[in-house]
Amino acid sequence: MGTGLREGNASKQKDDPSIVVIKDNNALVIHALDEAAERLGLHIGQPLANARAMCPDLRVFDADTVADAKTLSDIADWCDRFTPLVALDPPHGLFLDITGCAHLFGGEAALLQTLVRALGRQGFAVSAAIAGTSVCARTLTRQTTGTIVADGGEAAAISRFPVSALGAGEAITTGLRRAGLKTIGDVASREPHEITARFGARFSTLLAHALGQGDAPINPRKPLPDYIVEKRFAEPIATDTMIAMTLSRLADTLIASMEKQGKGARRLEAAFFRTDGAVRAIMVETGRPVTQGKVIDRLFRERLDALADPLDPGFGFDMVRLSASRTEIVVQEQRDLDAHVHDNDELSALIDRIAARIGGKRVVVHLPQDTHIPECAVLAAPAQHHLAAAMQAEWPARTESEPPLRPLRLFDRPEPVAVPFATVPDGPPHQFTWRRVQHAVVRVEGPERIAMEWWRQDGRQLTRDYFRIEDAEGLRFWIFRDGLYEGECFDDDGKPVPPGWYVHGLFA
Amino acid sequence: MSGARISALATLRGQIERIETAEVVHQRDRVALGHGEVDSALKGGLARAVIHEVFCEGRQGTAATGFVSGLAGRVTARKPLLWVRQDFSEIETGALSMSGLAELGLDPRRVVMVRAADVESALRTSADALACDALGAVVLELWGETRQFDLVASRKLTLAAQGSGVTGLLLRMAAQPLPSTAETRWMLRAAHSPPGVAWSAWGAPRFDVELLRNRHGPCGRWIMEWKCDECQFSEPSTYPQPVAAAPAHRPDPAVLQRRRTG
Repeated sequence: MGTGLREGNASKQKDDPSIVVIKDNNALVIHALDEAAERLGLHIGQPLANARAMCPDLRVFDADTVADAKTLSDIADWCDRFTPLVALDPPHGLFLDITGCAHLFGGEAALLQTLVRALGRQGFAVSAAIAGTSVCARTLTRQTTGTIVADGGEAAAISRFPVSALGAGEAITTGLRRAGLKTIGDVASREPHEITARFGARFSTLLAHALGQGDAPINPRKPLPDYIVEKRFAEPIATDTMIAMTLSRLADTLIASMEKQGKGARRLEAAFFRTDGAVRAIMVETGRPVTQGKVIDRLFRERLDALADPLDPGFGFDMVRLSASRTEIVVQEQRDLDAHVHDNDELSALIDRIAARIGGKRVVVHLPQDTHIPECAVLAAPAQHHLAAAMQAEWPARTESEPPLRPLRLFDRPEPVAVPFATVPDGPPHQFTWRRVQHAVVRVEGPERIAMEWWRQDGRQLTRDYFRIEDAEGLRFWIFRDGLYEGECFDDDGKPVPPGWYVHGLFA
Repeated sequence: MSGARISALATLRGQIERIETAEVVHQRDRVALGHGEVDSALKGGLARAVIHEVFCEGRQGTAATGFVSGLAGRVTARKPLLWVRQDFSEIETGALSMSGLAELGLDPRRVVMVRAADVESALRTSADALACDALGAVVLELWGETRQFDLVASRKLTLAAQGSGVTGLLLRMAAQPLPSTAETRWMLRAAHSPPGVAWSAWGAPRFDVELLRNRHGPCGRWIMEWKCDECQFSEPSTYPQPVAAAPAHRPDPAVLQRRRTG
């Protein structure tokens, strides 16, 4: 069962016709209009100049399609309270799949009435209908509001509507009218193959769906969560303690229902529905499936504490929903005698808490990569997802009885240094200036030549000669010359230029 | 002396005794660093379950990082290490490189890095982490002077560390030492490689270490060397390269030398 829904801003001033214009092919045309303007005979798509000629005292506004889309998406958020399956039907429509949800609101008629009234209170003009297929419901909303069509009654319900209600596009609508098919009933009375031959398979499919023969699936905005628990309040709640208490109770309920199927939550979303229609959703992720209510409770507390723009209850929340959008089967692990597994559990719980507060991308573990290029040799990956992999990663073994060959601190972008001259053309520098300080070179090791990966490089990259250098103070640098001397570096005229020098890292 | 005064004194003495024994019990958990004089100054080694501070000038940041990594390697004992750092310090001194850490003989698999955006979140994260006994150590890396890290913050960290037994290591680069509740406070500088032929190879990392504050022992200044193979500190060696005779079945040292530098 689908609910088609159309919204538009209810006009406050009934007498003054208002229109919204948008630029189309370098001409301003009407994008939307109110009832007063419609009564004057204006229509969507009409050029503004024509409209002004018909009615000089028009109130004209510029269209803001981005804001329109945002409003529609906000309304869709609000509609989440009726069903988790809400699909956008731009520019003005929404589909709600209310299969199995209507009884929670006292039946289809009551649901429709609640929805239309609540949206009307928020200042929207709503046209809604319930039908067996989404296309049929949408067709109904274009002509009437508040219709509920029982299964099998679709064809009868829409047969007397004009063909424009199908929303098949200007060309087809005009074509149908020219063929003398004024209403949907007229079109339906023709043989399907005639319609297909004249107007295409797409239109005949649309017609079939509108008549209740088969249905196009709607495209919900969010995937259906695996588990949903929610709490509605007759009296909106606004205090932090009440919110925390509600969340913790919801977490217990959620855990109880997941436990029956041996599942644990990996991603949780709490949605707070404000009385004025605003919806705030907050998400937390965990590294391993959560099976305890108090863990969920704590994660959300951390998240709510650290929000940059805190949860604003306004006049209160009338509904709080907790959903587990990703769940996994919980594998019960045998505890080691040395409590090793327990330690890992605690570590991942700590990582989850930190990630909930400061963001999952800010807690990382490191995975070795199979490359010689120093800046690519290590990959930082979010710890929540890669902790186990990082714990078992194989790092290249270090050479025994050698001093460190790689620096302890590595610059993300190598920093250029000024080198007045090198000992021999492709030798190490005698002195260099880095960050406006001159360093005299005392000890040098190298060069260690690292060639770039020709099998994957896009542009031409230069071979690097790395030197390990100690200066007079005992500071140790990892310096490289970018390019072979007189071999790789040329200016625009093709003449060789001296290659540049860079500090890439610092040794302990 | 009046009886009341005597009894008051006795009570106080009893309290002091209890505090001291408690500390003794607590302080038994120490890890030897490997450097004889430093270990004796520290009464056997670096204490666990407390906070240690390492300061350095801006330019000496990497030496201090090496020293802190060494301390962390000693105290973690195969447990995970949480390294919390500010975004800003990465720009100033470069990011901690896991390859470099592996070259020091430490295990990069057990390092979890937290990139905190600012000092407040770094402090809060480390206080949280210090309370988690699954960790071996928590390193908090801060760049520059910060108002946020005051006595209260320091006390919070110390209490969290005492409760869980996790060691806290503070790496304060480009900052001046201020009063805090740290067990020890160090000032780090890079030390020269041992004298040798100019333009020849250097050896293991060496630190010029000054112990500025030690709650339970004397202070001092030493040269410490990090032995990457043994994973511990030691007295500075005289020669930059190991001088033990190479085993007969290995290639000639000269060949090794050429291969490494070539």
